[in-house]
Amino acid sequence: MDQHFARTDMLPPLPPPIAERGAVKWMRENLFSSALNIVLTVLGVLAIFWLVKSSLPWWLNSVWNANSLSECRQIVAANAGEGATGACWAMIRQWWGAFIFGFYPPDQWWRPITAFGLLLSALAPVLFSGQKRNLIIVLGGVAVFLLVALTLADAPGGAFALAILLVAGLLGLALVQPGRLFWFTLVYPALCFWLLWGGPIWSPIVAMAGFGVLYAVFRLSSSVIGLAPAAGAGIVAAAFWWLYLEEPVVRALQTALPFALQSINSDQFGGFLLAIVIGVTGITFSLPIGILLALGRQSDMLIVKTLSVGFIEFIRGVPLITLLFTASLLLQYFLPPGTNFDIILRVIILVTFFAAAYLAEVIRGGLAALPRGQYEAADALGLDYWRAQRLIILPQALKVSIPSIVSTFIGLFKDTTLVAFVGLMDPLKGVTQIVRADINWKGIYWEPYIFVGAIFFLICFGMSRYSMHLERKLKTDHR
Amino acid sequence: MALAADAPKDSFRLSMLVYDTRYRSYTIQIVVLVLFGMALAWLLNNTAQNLALRGKEFNFGFLWQRAGYDIGQQLIPYSNDSTHFRALLVGLLNTLVVAFWGCIFATVIGTIVGVLRLSKNWLVSRLMTVYVEMFRNVPLLLWILLSYVILSETTPAPRDFRVTDEMAAAGTEPAASMMFFDTVAVTNRGTNIPAPVFERGLGTLDLGFMSLNLTFWAVAAVIVASVFVNRRMVVGARAQQEATGIRPVIWWKSILILFGPVIALLVAMGLDLEVPELKGFNFQGGILVAHSFTALTIALSLYTAAFVAEIVRAGILAISRGQTEAAFALGLRPNRTMSLIILPQALRVIIPPLISQYLNLTKNTSLGIAVSYLDLRGTLGGITLNQTGRELESMLLMMMIYLSLSLIISAVMNMYNRAVQLKAR
Repeated sequence: MDQHFARTDMLPPLPPPIAERGAVKWMRENLFSSALNIVLTVLGVLAIFWLVKSSLPWWLNSVWNANSLSECRQIVAANAGEGATGACWAMIRQWWGAFIFGFYPPDQWWRPITAFGLLLSALAPVLFSGQKRNLIIVLGGVAVFLLVALTLADAPGGAFALAILLVAGLLGLALVQPGRLFWFTLVYPALCFWLLWGGPIWSPIVAMAGFGVLYAVFRLSSSVIGLAPAAGAGIVAAAFWWLYLEEPVVRALQTALPFALQSINSDQFGGFLLAIVIGVTGITFSLPIGILLALGRQSDMLIVKTLSVGFIEFIRGVPLITLLFTASLLLQYFLPPGTNFDIILRVIILVTFFAAAYLAEVIRGGLAALPRGQYEAADALGLDYWRAQRLIILPQALKVSIPSIVSTFIGLFKDTTLVAFVGLMDPLKGVTQIVRADINWKGIYWEPYIFVGAIFFLICFGMSRYSMHLERKLKTDHR
Repeated sequence: MALAADAPKDSFRLSMLVYDTRYRSYTIQIVVLVLFGMALAWLLNNTAQNLALRGKEFNFGFLWQRAGYDIGQQLIPYSNDSTHFRALLVGLLNTLVVAFWGCIFATVIGTIVGVLRLSKNWLVSRLMTVYVEMFRNVPLLLWILLSYVILSETTPAPRDFRVTDEMAAAGTEPAASMMFFDTVAVTNRGTNIPAPVFERGLGTLDLGFMSLNLTFWAVAAVIVASVFVNRRMVVGARAQQEATGIRPVIWWKSILILFGPVIALLVAMGLDLEVPELKGFNFQGGILVAHSFTALTIALSLYTAAFVAEIVRAGILAISRGQTEAAFALGLRPNRTMSLIILPQALRVIIPPLISQYLNLTKNTSLGIAVSYLDLRGTLGGITLNQTGRELESMLLMMMIYLSLSLIISAVMNMYNRAVQLKAR
């Protein structure tokens, strides 16, 4: 009887050869695929090895408790033996206040901290509009941050309670009517100014009331004399308010209801406080100005176009430093004799113009990228110029240019360090110079630069990641 | 019957200036022009008042006064007896030399990094990403200050190079030694590099208002001439190839034409290298390159290279994959594909943003003030301004110079851009 042998079940598949699976395959494909790649990999490994070998002991031997660089070196020598190197982060421990706040009086540190927390709450409705979950996460984070930071900074009880109540109120509003949070964003600039510079609370309130005057005059007169003249009348009335009425009103209110914070001079600002104040203000104001300049450059009106082009090309043609020097040296020539206004404000104005010129070019690129059909469709719908821009053109143009807009913002924030050249105390040159001139810390260089660089990196890298998020969120095409 | 073609004849009303689109743009322009004129007049009036108050007048006469300060790095002869204008020129040349080297290094490093970032090698592409992100997200000022501090505080003092008699007897090495066959010494005072000297140089030609270094100009003229001749030869070779289909072998002629005349001239003038030597407490001879220059160049190149790398990467990614595949289908080898198909197309995408990086680099040289590098900003906008008290004139002049520099660079680069752009027929 002949027997036939047939398998009744399939053999299990053999694993692929050793060179075609797992880590070996990955390495063959990604590290050693060709002779050139092998050389590159070896060079890369050597570079990493050299970096780690020369810097790892330095990081591992870090010293956090010491009063001077020589003491640090003694501790390192005692712990790791003679000739060993070690980072001396004790310097940061001693000087972190100056790096963050400059010469802002330590008993007032709660003010910039509160301003910073509220800044995040004011930004949240803009950055995450319509995303209730993100809004609540940010506001909750701000509440926790303020609780911890204000406790650490020994904030006075009243301020502490007010700040927490304010954030709690915002959190409640976010739960009920997130749309209303924009009102806080609008009020925030005045609040922040008052918190940082101090003085009577009435000056920011009265200054903001100028906008109220503008709106009221516009509203009341628009039915009588038409929209455009009404807007002009409103601006004139507001200018009158700011120029002539503001001071007496503030003085009257201050005598009736005295409530003021200790005034802080601009030269006491410094460190990252200064960088963030200049950066955030510059970013906020440069965007609208940049949009207007870009529209002006694209305009059919010859004079408007010429002026816009001239402004943009002039600002883009000179280094920021020369503009900052203009702020500190030349503005006194261009303004009426005897005028003298705050150096931080002057710097902010010029930094804003600088960023606006670059933004204008970026946005112009976005405008040029739109197909002509979009403009023609807007005209065909009978929209007037501003409606067409607001509803059809700008949303698309701005969306296209988001990456470049954000990199301009990053550039602006990095450029805030240049204010050191007009005598302001930026974290990089101003504060680090003071630290390195201190007799105890003479000769220290890696630590302060790494510290400042790391903070800049976190902020700028965060901004670029946010722009990627925004790009994905706004992506409407299906490619 | 009334004709429909009769347009309604409105009489002109004042409100039409605002509400009629035919007139509105004129109204707006006139209002803008008037406002601009008023603002300008206000500024000029203020300036005139302020100048009068300070007892100053607006003139550039101070440029021809004695400067009275020294400049470390001078590419044209300068002493503290020279005029402020001469100082301005020295500063401008210092700006240009940093910008020149910075642009070259940034382009080379940036291209390498950009290509490597696209490499399939996992490790290398990650390393390059780290480099790019690190340099792009940290202020340039930090890199300048850091490289300056590292150069001036970690390098040995000149005395560390000395070999004393006891050391020679004991056979011990000095604490520091020179690099590149004992020709380059990096000390905490600067980098000493060999200087070219000519035994039979052509001397200088004095033209009264300026003097020409004939040796330098002779070498420059010979180089330009040989490049020109070589170009003509290459063009001729291409014409012959197109006519006959056979490309003549010219590479050795190229090498001969490019390098032969220069080398012959240099030998004829008796070129020798003057190597720096330790004498007394410092190095003598050769050229001392200040650390401010080195640090500024290194920092500017590395910082700008990170941006260039991103531009190169974007340019290469912009070329669709079909181009490579088509080239392979035609039987081109990978390196020919790169040089004939990918690069010419990628260049069109790369060059416009590259121009603006070059402009940024040139403007960023003004940060040299952080390390006391005396460029245009340091001479005209720094010491000259402080000594003469002429803020208005100095600042305006400096802005105009930077502005024209930017315009010249962008004009030259735009010419090049036009040459490589696709010619649509």
